Amino acid sequence: MSIKRIKTSIIAAAVISGLIGASAALAADSQFVGSLVYRTGPYAPGGIPWADGFADYIELLNARDGGINGVKLELEECDTAYNTDKGVECYERLKNKGSTGMPAVMPLSTGITYALLDRVVADKIPLITSGYGRADAADGRIFPYVFVPPATYWGGADIAINYIANQEGGYGNLKGKKIALVYHDSAYGKEPIKTLQALASQYGFQFSEFPVPHPGLEQKATWLKIGRQLRPDYVLMWGWGVMNATAIKEAAAVGFPREKFIGVWWSGNDADMIPAGDAAKGYKSLQFNGVGSDFGVHKQIKSELYEKGKGSAKSAENTGEVAYNRGLQSAFILTEALRGAMAEYGNKPMTGEQVAWAMDRLDISADRLKEVGADGLFDPIKLSCADHLGKGRAKVTQWDGSKWVAISDWIEPHATMLRSMYEASAAAYAKEKGITPRDCK
Amino acid sequence: MLYREAGEFKATYQADQAILTIRQDRWFMLALMVIAFLVIPLISSEYWLGTIMLPFLILALAALGLNVLTGYAGQLSLGTGGFMATGAFAAYKLATSFPDLHIFLVILLAGGITAVAGLLFGIPSLRIKGFYLAVATLASQFFLIWMFNKFGWFTNYSASGVISAPPMAVIGDSYVTGPYATAEAKYLFVLSIVVLFALMTKNLVRSNIGREWMAVRDMDIAAEIIGIRMLPTKLKAFAYSSFLCGIAGALWAFVYTGSVEPLAFDVNRSFQILFMIIIGGLGSIMGAFLGAGFIVLLPIFLNNAPHWIGLNIHVDLISHIEFMVFGALIIFFLIVEPHGLARLWQLLKEKLRLWPFPY
Repeated sequence: MSIKRIKTSIIAAAVISGLIGASAALAADSQFVGSLVYRTGPYAPGGIPWADGFADYIELLNARDGGINGVKLELEECDTAYNTDKGVECYERLKNKGSTGMPAVMPLSTGITYALLDRVVADKIPLITSGYGRADAADGRIFPYVFVPPATYWGGADIAINYIANQEGGYGNLKGKKIALVYHDSAYGKEPIKTLQALASQYGFQFSEFPVPHPGLEQKATWLKIGRQLRPDYVLMWGWGVMNATAIKEAAAVGFPREKFIGVWWSGNDADMIPAGDAAKGYKSLQFNGVGSDFGVHKQIKSELYEKGKGSAKSAENTGEVAYNRGLQSAFILTEALRGAMAEYGNKPMTGEQVAWAMDRLDISADRLKEVGADGLFDPIKLSCADHLGKGRAKVTQWDGSKWVAISDWIEPHATMLRSMYEASAAAYAKEKGITPRDCK
Repeated sequence: MLYREAGEFKATYQADQAILTIRQDRWFMLALMVIAFLVIPLISSEYWLGTIMLPFLILALAALGLNVLTGYAGQLSLGTGGFMATGAFAAYKLATSFPDLHIFLVILLAGGITAVAGLLFGIPSLRIKGFYLAVATLASQFFLIWMFNKFGWFTNYSASGVISAPPMAVIGDSYVTGPYATAEAKYLFVLSIVVLFALMTKNLVRSNIGREWMAVRDMDIAAEIIGIRMLPTKLKAFAYSSFLCGIAGALWAFVYTGSVEPLAFDVNRSFQILFMIIIGGLGSIMGAFLGAGFIVLLPIFLNNAPHWIGLNIHVDLISHIEFMVFGALIIFFLIVEPHGLARLWQLLKEKLRLWPFPY
């Protein structure tokens, strides 16, 4: 009998949910903000600070300004556990909540991003993937609802080579150098390969790839090959989760200098460095945001939220983590887009389509960054209908044993070369999917 | 009183061989079909159809495939994810190489290609049995995923190794893949395929092929002695099972998500489907559906439940509660009924026959 009872209750719950879902529409004058986070699951150590940063910035606007232009922000999180199935379910659950639905979605996972590409076009909800997802979505003519500021993996690969060339005294000295890439064997990890191959043939360095199967706990053979046979001049890493700390420990074990080991931003979380202990000292990572918690926006968050016991993170000390700052940045980009949309459509809750309109014209200037106290924390972003990326700059930072220290200024990737690569890749996608590029004039 | 075969006389062999011999069962099935094809698309929201029913149906089809192999033919397999990936990538290659091919043909041919892959990986089953076979099929899981990751040809040399489905219509303008497909169209398309293959499988396991599978499952030496040839029988099971899994994989990539990376079909997917048939009931068509329902729907239900009853608790706490309750329920059901939910269903029907006068 129990099975029947369970079935009945599931059906009953479904019916009730339909009723509540219909009536639970929030007050008409508040803006719903859905946030896909992963506070649980194997990658939670990197997901929790991001979620806290995102929530804190939204709450800061609510506490300090009463929302945006008087429109209060209603934040609801949904836990994806970094699982694509759950992420799609979360997106579908949140997309119609509030009076106008979700203004934008930030899935925080390459897998979920891919699963949502078709859905956001149908739902007219912008998909903002900051530093992950499809690099070729920088071509806004083919991806009208996908935005990739502030940086892409292809740009990241280019910036890393740019930094190496700087260290070696110019691009001319790259000839004959050996550069290896250790990457997570997934869609995410494979993104930089084409760019690095193109750069290798252009500048004459020798490029070798080392895929690491998920989850990346076993890298002994990889690093023996790198450390004893290949002996590269530099190693780049596109790693994720536990793979990062393992790679750094293995690099130390084979004596590869950590100063010549450069990770992409997702290999540069505080949570990944601490398990590697002393081995991580000297390791470098790209970051598309500034590091530390001495910026004006952090001070405001501390005084408005943490001192009143309203902060999202455990304590105010967690507010400087790299992943936390990324959460802040994502919330900042979204709320600036909301501001832009409200300037056009009036001070009321915005729909996804209106936010997409504003994202096409997003202009976060240096002055605006100074105003919110994020000068140096974020890079200015200017998007257009055709350009959904902006400058795509990043910094190189180094782990000093307890925190990240910026060791370079913003580095700009080769815009023209990358732009033609984005366009070629996006055009291939458009052909496959039968998309007619929109006119951006 | 209401549900019994007494008084229903069968005058022809055909009537005697029907799948549902009891009239009430036929009514129930008819009602279920009416609900599935008419009522659910009419009353359900897009969230309910596109996010809950679609994965449920597609994974039920995969579970059906695995149930043929493991439940009926007794060959334990952990390669389901790999076979689903094969179906997805085959469908992608077919759809991009032959853009005029009809979606139904694409999916069928993808299933056919997966069946060939299944045949290859089924060959060791003649020598390897039980848990050892599970480990051998695990190799297919890792090999296939590795292959799709490694060779750019499978993804048309996409930088990230992700495939995405071109928009395809069943007829005229009714798209079932791509951004302009409605949830209703997708649901009805998947439902039709799942019902079709469930019916086909039900008939197949009642035929001589199915009886051979069951004979091999129950005791392979005895089956061999009565004249059943091991290799063709086992390979048929592998081929048909992979065929269904391939179709499920193609549907998953094309109709449900639209774009997938090979990691969507990693070993966790194989385990998920194996758990579905264990919970649902080995060697039962109904079991595949009940198991898929349990594994797919229950976590979503548990995750949403606190919101529905108005509790405002943190998302991470909800997720942890979901894990704990879900795990406890699995243990509970396996203790109460080790033969799966399908067995509970059967017991329910037996009790119904006696109701209201149980001796």
